[in-house]
Amino acid sequence: MSINWTSYCASGLHDELIGPGGGARVAGRALIRHLSELGSEEIGVRQQAAELAIKVMGVTFAVYHEQGGSIDRAWPLDIIPRIISSREWNRIAAGLKQRVAALNHFIDDVYHAQRIVKDGVFPHHVIMSSKNFRPNCVGISPPQGCWAHICGSDLVRDKDGTVYVLEDNLRVPSGVSYMIENRQVAKRVLPELFENTAILPVDDYPSQLHEMLVALSPRRGPLPEVVVLTPGIYNSAYFEHSYLARQMGCELVEGRDLAVHDDDCVYMQTIHGWTRIDVIYRRIDDDFLDPESFRADSTLGVPGLMRAWAKGNVALANAPGAGVADDKLVYTYVPEMIRYYLDEDPILPNVPSWRCAEPEQLEHVLHHLDSLVVKPVDGSGGYGMLMGPTASQRERNQFAAQVKAAPRNFIAQPVITLSTVPTFVNDRIEPRHVDLRPFILSGPKTYVTTGGLTRVALREGSLVVNSSQGGGSKDTWIVDMEA
Amino acid sequence: MLSRVAENVYWLARYLERAENTARLVNVNAKLLLDLPPEYRPDWLALIDITGSRELFDAREKGTEERDIVHFLIADLDNPGSILSSVRSARENARTLRDVLPNEVWEHMNELFMEIKEKLPAALSKRTRFHFLQRIIRGMQTLTGELEGTMSRNDAFTLLMLGRNLERADMTSRIVDVRSAQLLPADAPGFRPFDTIQWLNLLKTLSGYQMYRLSQRTLVSRSAVLEFVLRDLQFPRACLFCLKEVEHFLRALPRSAGVLGSLGGARSFLESATPATLDQPGLHELIDQLQLHIIVVHEGIAQTYFPPRAGDTGQSQSQIQFSSDARQRKPLFSEAPSI
Repeated sequence: MSINWTSYCASGLHDELIGPGGGARVAGRALIRHLSELGSEEIGVRQQAAELAIKVMGVTFAVYHEQGGSIDRAWPLDIIPRIISSREWNRIAAGLKQRVAALNHFIDDVYHAQRIVKDGVFPHHVIMSSKNFRPNCVGISPPQGCWAHICGSDLVRDKDGTVYVLEDNLRVPSGVSYMIENRQVAKRVLPELFENTAILPVDDYPSQLHEMLVALSPRRGPLPEVVVLTPGIYNSAYFEHSYLARQMGCELVEGRDLAVHDDDCVYMQTIHGWTRIDVIYRRIDDDFLDPESFRADSTLGVPGLMRAWAKGNVALANAPGAGVADDKLVYTYVPEMIRYYLDEDPILPNVPSWRCAEPEQLEHVLHHLDSLVVKPVDGSGGYGMLMGPTASQRERNQFAAQVKAAPRNFIAQPVITLSTVPTFVNDRIEPRHVDLRPFILSGPKTYVTTGGLTRVALREGSLVVNSSQGGGSKDTWIVDMEA
Repeated sequence: MLSRVAENVYWLARYLERAENTARLVNVNAKLLLDLPPEYRPDWLALIDITGSRELFDAREKGTEERDIVHFLIADLDNPGSILSSVRSARENARTLRDVLPNEVWEHMNELFMEIKEKLPAALSKRTRFHFLQRIIRGMQTLTGELEGTMSRNDAFTLLMLGRNLERADMTSRIVDVRSAQLLPADAPGFRPFDTIQWLNLLKTLSGYQMYRLSQRTLVSRSAVLEFVLRDLQFPRACLFCLKEVEHFLRALPRSAGVLGSLGGARSFLESATPATLDQPGLHELIDQLQLHIIVVHEGIAQTYFPPRAGDTGQSQSQIQFSSDARQRKPLFSEAPSI
């Protein structure tokens, strides 16, 4: 069956592959031609092949079960890739590097002199009221002055084609393993395109990550001991923890494998005895990291870990306290941070945001609830927010009361109509909304993944891309048009 | 290798071996049942004692018919030593070992667990039971082969071999005990003709009949069979062979001097034993002692290589008594880690 691209495009949307007239955008021309040649029946066959490959490769994510515990699901991948030209990507990557540099300056400043507060650019109360501000990090200087070594920023493209940063995940962002596995699968099922197109590789990430982690080691030895710290097999991202440990060739440890000894160094228990650890890539939230410093009831962490870190005997990535910049109210200040710390204009814009913490802006938000999205500042996964245009008057009233009661906890944004990508659903190709999560590594040098993880909302019209809520994913191609 | 991972690998091997041998255990009893005259029917309850699960079984306060006992040993998820529980535990352990185990092993284990669950009704019908158990034994043998054929000879492999051989030595001794624990009157008039059949059955249960014939070249007799299954150095399910394997693999590990000492104790105990000359109660006693030795070796491995248990005082080794009246069976499951 042939594909009729002229009937494809949904009006009023920005599609990543198909232009307004129904013709392919330049970067996607080869792909669209190839898909047309294949026809929807053959695309269906390849989609099935991809799903089988994912099962065989054991690419899974865990969904929490109502009765406690969790179940492993096969990772959902739509085989039609999302394509970005390398020229556009270079600009985005530069914007991300700039952003993460400013964020790291900010976090370091927060825990030291707080110049940005003294200079009147950033309000003191916002720091003190950030849920992830950690008083016990004040005065500590981690290696290279870097706090957020691994950052996953979510990008969205609006109707008019502008790419915005929606949020920065500075605690334990996940998804990068799926980015790499998606590419493995895509190569298996669409081999013809890889032969004839200059698609930039993505599988460099684990070695870049390893190099960055090794550089953090407090000991100048030949081979520092780097480990990945996981909450355990029931965590939704356990597949990724295990995957990254395997790819980097390091141990995947749990809190109970580690101990801080009298010398304030961290050791893991092996069959050879206690072995000292230099660098911990931790995939556990601050709260659970060290029962002596944070939540005393945590059984996932290591007693004394903060002490060892503060003394510089072990490196933690990301550093404890880095989450202070994960707050969505803090996010609204990132453009100011870029100007303040780097003396540059932001390359990538924020989504325009209203701070409910500021009375005039709160007033505006309350008067325009029917056209805004209101989000809790510490939420993630799309939970706890108000979609103004689709909510009922009653829901809006209830939400307004919540916002008035605790304005610090909310920001508001206009609805961004995410761009779409052709997606294979119900045996045909239809537009579906996508976002993009690239990952940025900060160390002696800064590295940005080539593209990132594209998440796609599989339900028609839906803007919810989270895999826990029925979202899927796509391989993301950065294509070199000059090659 | 992390101590926690070492423990999981070791127990993974024990669970798999245990599932296989429990299947063998049920089979030996079932076969005896068919071969013996009604007045000498073996008692199914003996299997409960042999697997050290009497307390658990009695606590159920349910039936004690053959059907109930077989269900308890094969399919009861409340019995941590049942075949289904063992395979489930093995699979749970394997989940944490994805980076250590070959992928095929993980996939195969998944399939096997699903198949066993699906075919459970067959296990409870006398007509299909043999085939069901045979399928389990074959599945486990395939897993063993996959591990042998695809895993590097690294620390993880060494730990697997330790777990497998220690469990196998223990279970072989328990299978021999089915015969002795029945306390059948070996010299009872009218029983003699059936005696040989029982020992033949025992060999077949351990897949050892052919190898026995090759090495012994004599008729099947009680004394020769006991020598073979307990003390042969070439047959891979014989207790002494398994202990030598444990010794071989222990030497590949660091800090193994202490455990090697306990292992030496177990070995010389078995080497100096004379099972063929013992009467039935004496044989039962010998097997009890052997199992205690195996427990001491296990404790040594656990204390040297595994994470300490909560509340572990480091005293457990000395708490094991070599009582001459070792009526108390060590439960099969008591040491397994909780996941």
